[in-house]
Amino acid sequence: MQYLVSVIDDKSNPGSTDRQPAISAFNERLIAEGYWVFAGGLADTDTATVIDNRGDEAVLTDGPFVESKEYLAGVWVWDVPDLDVALKLATEASKVCDRKIEVRPFL
Amino acid sequence: MSDVEAAIIRAHHEEWARVVAALARRFGDLDLAEEAAAEAFATAVERWRADGVPPNPGAWLTTTATRRAIDRLRRETKRDDKYREAQLLHDSTPPEPPGAIGDDRLRLIFTCCHPALAMQARVALTLRMVGGLTVPEIARAFLVRHTTMEQRITRAKAKIKAARIPYRMPSADDLPARVTGVLAVLFLVFNEGYLASGPDTDPVRHDLTTEAIRLTRLVRALLPQDGEVAGLLALMLLTEARRPARISANGELVALDEQDRGAWDRELIAEGHQLVRERLAAAAAGVAPGRYQILAAINAVHTSARDIRDTDWSQILALYDQLVRLDPSPIIALNRAVAVAEIDGPEVALAIVDGLTEALAHYHAYHATRADLLRRLGRSEQARAAYDRAIELAGNTGETAYLTRRRDQLR
Repeated sequence: MQYLVSVIDDKSNPGSTDRQPAISAFNERLIAEGYWVFAGGLADTDTATVIDNRGDEAVLTDGPFVESKEYLAGVWVWDVPDLDVALKLATEASKVCDRKIEVRPFL
Repeated sequence: MSDVEAAIIRAHHEEWARVVAALARRFGDLDLAEEAAAEAFATAVERWRADGVPPNPGAWLTTTATRRAIDRLRRETKRDDKYREAQLLHDSTPPEPPGAIGDDRLRLIFTCCHPALAMQARVALTLRMVGGLTVPEIARAFLVRHTTMEQRITRAKAKIKAARIPYRMPSADDLPARVTGVLAVLFLVFNEGYLASGPDTDPVRHDLTTEAIRLTRLVRALLPQDGEVAGLLALMLLTEARRPARISANGELVALDEQDRGAWDRELIAEGHQLVRERLAAAAAGVAPGRYQILAAINAVHTSARDIRDTDWSQILALYDQLVRLDPSPIIALNRAVAVAEIDGPEVALAIVDGLTEALAHYHAYHATRADLLRRLGRSEQARAAYDRAIELAGNTGETAYLTRRRDQLR
């Protein structure tokens, strides 16, 4: 069962910036335990571009699809047996990243 | 009531959760388990009337529900999934290990009370899947529309399935926190019954308190070693015991100091006291009691006094001191202040209560407690204002009536 694990940061109250070593160590553990599928940090939301080609021509918009105080700072994809395992790991991940975590199942 | 009807009601009480739980484990699908169980009980109503009650109603219901579930799956999978069908015919699930911890009903309870579900959803799901209440019954109990409750339950079941909330016992290190979560759900059901909210409801909802006690008894039977489960059951029993004296003939809530103690249910009190004694013995042996056990002990002190004047307030205050160390919430501090008033006087208690203003400004009991203390100090004007605020915030019809009388008696 795969879950998208989102790291949520808060522009008005950002998490600490010195988390990389701890996150790397946590990733090593996820790999060793067989849960790791993918991980990646994201560039600032200012760097996003939205494309809408539902109409006659594609419209490009500078910026994220929704402006909000809280935003997606990075993602994991984990492959774990069930939600309890995902939540347990996410509880650790929140400490490790010093940020909120959202766990959402893939279909 | 005929014997058959009585047998069906008894089977529903005793077997519903067992049937749902067994099917949920076998088929891994709460929705299917619930529907098949409901169909089995509907079939029982017809068949038992015609053929008589089977010697083992529980086994009959489980077998019938299992057949219904397989029929349903066959219909749904006829087109393409012969493989799955073949699998279903051979129950490959391992036999249950003996002992309560392997009981399917515990798995069901922990799944329904999973922390990833919203509290309202946990309550609704537990009453439906474990308690066997119908959706209209639950909707009525929580004063929401049938369709709203139906959606709440459907959404919770969909999340369990899509997010794969597991149908199993929590791991040993998660167990205490998960049991606490289950007890919170049961206590919420009980409290909604004991101090029902809503302008047109009865002040005490006997159906909800009874159901909460029944479910807590079940959890107690399944987790007999857990002190907090015993504590919560004792707390409910000792609170429920006072129910006959709690509402006056004209629907007004009767405070503890004015209750007719002769009307209290002696049997429930005896059972509650027995549980509290059991936990006191465990505490003496070095097991630190949790909050429900301490609350139960406080209620045991109250229910031991034949008259309000015989109440051992110093014992109650000592228990509250213990509780505050465990749970330093403002509501506990407020209740502790009531005991302080009996020992050190209303002035000392009022100073404590006034320190809680910021945290409890929107809590009716804060204003009601303050009003009573001000009344005892002869500060009628301030008492009147506090009663007004308490009446404004109180959601319980009996409590509003009580507070209004108290206010109008002020001179």
